[in-house]
Amino acid sequence: MTDNAYAGPAIEFRDVSFQYASGLALLKGLNLSVARGETLVLLGRSGSGKTTALKLINHLLSPTGGQVRVEGVATSQWDVIRLRRSIGYVIQEAGLFPHFTVAKNIALVPSLEKWDEARTTARVAEMLKLVGLDQELAGRYPRELSGGQRQRVGVARALAADPPILLMDEPFGALDPLTRAELQREFAELQRRLRKTVVFVTHDLHEALFLADRVALMEAGELEAVLTPEEFRGSRHPLVSAYRDAFLSERPQE
Amino acid sequence: MGLWQFLVQNRKEVLELTGEHLWLVGAAMTLAVAIGVPLGILVTRVPRLNKAVLGGANIIQTIPSLALFGFLLPAPWIGERADRLAILALTLYALLPLIRNTSVGIQGVDRTVVEAGRGMGMTDRQLLWRVELPLAMGVIIAGVRVATVISVGVATIAAAIGAGGLGEFIFRGLAMVNNQVILAGAIPASCLALAADMGLGWVEKRLSQW
Repeated sequence: MTDNAYAGPAIEFRDVSFQYASGLALLKGLNLSVARGETLVLLGRSGSGKTTALKLINHLLSPTGGQVRVEGVATSQWDVIRLRRSIGYVIQEAGLFPHFTVAKNIALVPSLEKWDEARTTARVAEMLKLVGLDQELAGRYPRELSGGQRQRVGVARALAADPPILLMDEPFGALDPLTRAELQREFAELQRRLRKTVVFVTHDLHEALFLADRVALMEAGELEAVLTPEEFRGSRHPLVSAYRDAFLSERPQE
Repeated sequence: MGLWQFLVQNRKEVLELTGEHLWLVGAAMTLAVAIGVPLGILVTRVPRLNKAVLGGANIIQTIPSLALFGFLLPAPWIGERADRLAILALTLYALLPLIRNTSVGIQGVDRTVVEAGRGMGMTDRQLLWRVELPLAMGVIIAGVRVATVISVGVATIAAAIGAGGLGEFIFRGLAMVNNQVILAGAIPASCLALAADMGLGWVEKRLSQW
């Protein structure tokens, strides 16, 4: 991945569809590319296909039509384990291993990659610092942490092996509004420094506009529009307007 | 003569039969874990085998124990020695709770945790050993506990085919119409069952904290 000079988009959906054997289509003809270092937010309501699109990137699902290309190579051509270890994955409720300490959770991919102990320990300490967690938490178990702390550990775990791509599936969805806003700010700051290629799934318009370089709006398995936050605020697209109305009436001060 | 006196006077035989009993149950449980846990894992990997495997184990469970001992009698090598026969029968009985608890335990592991592991690039084997089995261990041990307690009870019947164990006293007592001799087998057997239940219950609790 580093030795070849591939200069195209980090992630590319080429006419991708996904449907279950029952015929239920979750994704139809998706064309979308994500540039290196970009934060692309997939915005849409439940069932719009955004999580499906995300899971196609790390090949937790494989497309029933078209191709998903990561670093220019179709996910079906990748060694799936290599592919996943080069992509950080953060999900709602963090998905931490309850029987692993914080340090062991963060060191997951390094341990799978057989890093030596000194390097791993140093990396864990670095990651805790990066996500603003006290070093003392390293020996704790996930159940001894608050929701916000767990989610920070989830981000640290995803970043531990320094993957170029980060997939985030409503990572802050289960947090209280104050903690969520705090983590959003911190993540935006982190991303300014790290410049990962991020695909972020949410149904929260404010979160989308705050974090995104571009917002991809999805509805019923189809991509409706891809807009920068500026364009989104001014767009006359009916679905965009509907989103704005729904969220602005909820928070009239904006 | 009181029961206590009888036990003390016959302590050598009591200990010997208890030892035989432990051998039957211990050997059977070792075999049953070695067979049942992998089968339980297998049905979570190949779901279409679920019905056949659990159905088979279920059918074995419905065979009356005395009949099962009888059925196995003509089997070569196994049928040559009564203790082999008894161990095999006890193993077969122990399979159902082990297979079921292993598969239910693994399926009960939080799917988001498993998917996070898969998404981070764990292989199926790594997921099984590092995530699914440790998190399912409490449920699996609960199956071992149930199976062990059942085995201690069923093993008393092994005396009927001459495999020894505490059932010897029970059958002898029945033949002699002597309650004391029956109790000399029944009480130690109950104590073994209770001890296994409490010991494994403790282990189960330790491993169920997740």
